[in-house]
Amino acid sequence: MFFEQLLNGLTLGSTYSLIALGYTMVYGILELINFAHSEIYMIGAFLGLIMVTVYKLPFPLALLITMAGSCLLGITIEKVAYKPLRKSTRIAPLISAIGVSIFLQNAVLMLAGPQARSFPAGINITTLNLGPFRISSLQLLILLVSIILMIGLHFLIQKTKLGQAMRATAQDKEAAQLMGIKIDQVISFTFAIGSALAMLGGLILGLVEMLGAVYMSRYKDAIAFAVLIFILLLKPTGLLGRRVQEKV
Amino acid sequence: MNYFFQILTVIMINSILAVSLNLITGYTGQLSLGHATFMSLGAYAATLLTLKLGFPFLASLILGAVVAAFFGFIIGVPTLRLKGDYLAIATLGFGEITKNILLNLEITGGPMGLRGIPKVTNIYIATITLFLVIFSLNRIMNSRVGKSFIAIREDELAAEAMGINTTKYKILAFTIGAFYAGLAGGLYAFLFRYINPKDFGFMKSIEILCMVVLGGMGNTYGAVLGAFIITILPELLRVVSPVIAQYRMVLYGLLLVVMMIVRPQGIISGSSILDKIKPKKLLEKGGQ
Repeated sequence: MFFEQLLNGLTLGSTYSLIALGYTMVYGILELINFAHSEIYMIGAFLGLIMVTVYKLPFPLALLITMAGSCLLGITIEKVAYKPLRKSTRIAPLISAIGVSIFLQNAVLMLAGPQARSFPAGINITTLNLGPFRISSLQLLILLVSIILMIGLHFLIQKTKLGQAMRATAQDKEAAQLMGIKIDQVISFTFAIGSALAMLGGLILGLVEMLGAVYMSRYKDAIAFAVLIFILLLKPTGLLGRRVQEKV
Repeated sequence: MNYFFQILTVIMINSILAVSLNLITGYTGQLSLGHATFMSLGAYAATLLTLKLGFPFLASLILGAVVAAFFGFIIGVPTLRLKGDYLAIATLGFGEITKNILLNLEITGGPMGLRGIPKVTNIYIATITLFLVIFSLNRIMNSRVGKSFIAIREDELAAEAMGINTTKYKILAFTIGAFYAGLAGGLYAFLFRYINPKDFGFMKSIEILCMVVLGGMGNTYGAVLGAFIITILPELLRVVSPVIAQYRMVLYGLLLVVMMIVRPQGIISGSSILDKIKPKKLLEKGGQ
């Protein structure tokens, strides 16, 4: 039982980490709490659902189309709502992001209705027995996909020229521009990747929730946030964040 | 006519909330995403004092605000060591924790909320409270304390170098803001006669923040104007056309985006001395 729970947690956690990866990329480059990120993953899940149920597309094809759609959505949001505010105060794009979030959430609510939809299983689930442990093929797939994507992303950011441009833009936009980096393109690209990751996370989350919810304490949200605040108090820049010296 | 007065009263209560958040975010420059927390604490404390202990309205209202201020202090001491986005996330976290606890405690009625609160708040009480809040706030802002708040917003390092105990003043701003928000929460409870933890969630905090930013950060009257617009807009849409009213949340989101793009500093922009002399600004003008 314990192992199964652990595996469930790991699967769910790796899904969330995909969403968080997309989020941190956007945050890293614009230093913006992108409140619309969750809407991108929500729309990603809905797009995938439509592709699979309405157009009866095979799962991999649906995935590709949904990814392209999410990239486009992410880029559009950035161009419309954040780009005009790049030079203003920090709070203006934050409010703008909240606006986008409210807009998308309610637009989808109007279009799709408030009832929850269940995701049809696109893949046949079989249970594998690994000695004393049992693991479903779906969980294995999710874990594998997550790990491959994380390694791929690390490679992209650390080894490629584009990744270098992204890191440079995150460090200092003006200096990066002076070095000949087209920061608008880099930011658009970051939003595209971030959105694609969010969408993928959303889609997988749809599959994972199918596995059934686990009993958790009534105070699970409170506990999660309490842990967050506690960690922030000990390490004010997050677990792995580096402390930046303030300069005058 | 009753409906009209009800809306006006809500505008007054929302104005108190916006003005109090403006003290924290607009004047002192500390972004809080959990202001509704203090409103909920004030509302619940005042309600419980009246329902369980039979306190009179005024005593409950003030004690409720004191409870909110106390929690503002308790939450402020650890979190205000954090800066910028980390502070925003921590305040958001405290908001969710409070909501979660209120949803699960026996005495707060859990997800059912508390009902049967006597209706005491009316337009006169709400207006008088708003005026008292604005009056006292103006007194604070014209004093040494207020100048310290603004100094912290403009440049925390410089303020510290000038001998201002920044932590102490940030906590003070947080506590005073929480007190006012607690007042508003009490008024809210005695107006609607029913409170529920979900009324004071993240969306309410965001709504208050939007009022402040829309009206103009760092300007008390801007905050009141923002509260007026954000409160009356959905009602107006409902009156003008029921068809459009269906889309009011969609329009609300759009409005926020458009507003930020057209006028990111808000309708009445708060005056910052540094804005006028920042070399960057001068360079921008010189370049054109």
